[in-house]
Amino acid sequence: MKRRENKYFYLKGIKMGIPIGLGYFAVSFTLGISAGNAGMTAVQAMLTSLLVNASAGQYAGFTVIAANSGYMEMVVMELIANARYLLMSCALSQKLGEETGLLHRLLIGFDVTDEIFGVAVSVPEKLNPYYNYGMMTVAIPGWSLGTLFGVVMGNILPSSVVSALSVALYGMFIAIIIPPARKNRIIAGLVFLSMAASFLFAKLPAVSSLSPGIRTIILTVVIAGGAAILFPVKEEHNEP
Amino acid sequence: MSHNVYIYILIMFGVTYLIRVLPLTLIRKEIRNQTIRSFLYYVPYVTLAVMTFPAILDATASTWSALAALLVAIVLAWLGKSLFTVAVISCGVVFLLELALV
Repeated sequence: MKRRENKYFYLKGIKMGIPIGLGYFAVSFTLGISAGNAGMTAVQAMLTSLLVNASAGQYAGFTVIAANSGYMEMVVMELIANARYLLMSCALSQKLGEETGLLHRLLIGFDVTDEIFGVAVSVPEKLNPYYNYGMMTVAIPGWSLGTLFGVVMGNILPSSVVSALSVALYGMFIAIIIPPARKNRIIAGLVFLSMAASFLFAKLPAVSSLSPGIRTIILTVVIAGGAAILFPVKEEHNEP
Repeated sequence: MSHNVYIYILIMFGVTYLIRVLPLTLIRKEIRNQTIRSFLYYVPYVTLAVMTFPAILDATASTWSALAALLVAIVLAWLGKSLFTVAVISCGVVFLLELALV
């Protein structure tokens, strides 16, 4: 009975994972290009994707590697770039039944991404871990192989194509932040303020000498922290 | 001083995995503190906006193609197009404009 249910959710997860995996392949291809630009080999980049499964976190990490910055900066950078997963995992923990064992929790935690979280958290009732495993079965190879091909092919492709693909990740970031900004004026204002402040930080003489990672960390803590104090969120369910 | 790439990778993995797995294993109740909740809620929007602009302007061969791609991406995302669609069309805008400009 339980086994049949697990199989049902695993297969359903694979089906949901196919569009996710295809999208990941295209996006991680461009991530591979930035990894190559940061001086990483194809295997190192693929290993990163296999272990980390985080677009913004990996992109931010590659900028740290490209700049040869300190390990501590990498720790703080990953904390900041991936902080949203903390909230997602909190929400996801509410979807798991109390009988869900530690091993299941450790496995689900390996691949909490924007997309997998979005699908998993939207199931009615409780979440069957095999639903996540099905999605992961397709999404993880898509993500890591895309990265591998990005590093290898990034050097072969014409520069016009590489130039075009370089905006894919930014396009993806925009697609994550703009729809909520449309619904919420505070988020819209924060997005605009963040971009304006980031532009100033990149141009002003004193702060522009700081590394991009440190600038991101400072701006995030100050702007998101200020917003949390000025505009505390009241709703029950806030998916980032 | 030069750093070891594998240590960088291990740090990326360790920090990211802990962020994801600690709430799933330790916190069985919802976070109640409103300020922490609100901060975590706003973080992704601020971080992604800061990382996108002005960095996108230097990502391509021409600042203008990147700016056009940014504006097109904002419009498409505003209209509710999927992550994949927005990313691919942004690339298309840069490709076509650079054929014309460069």
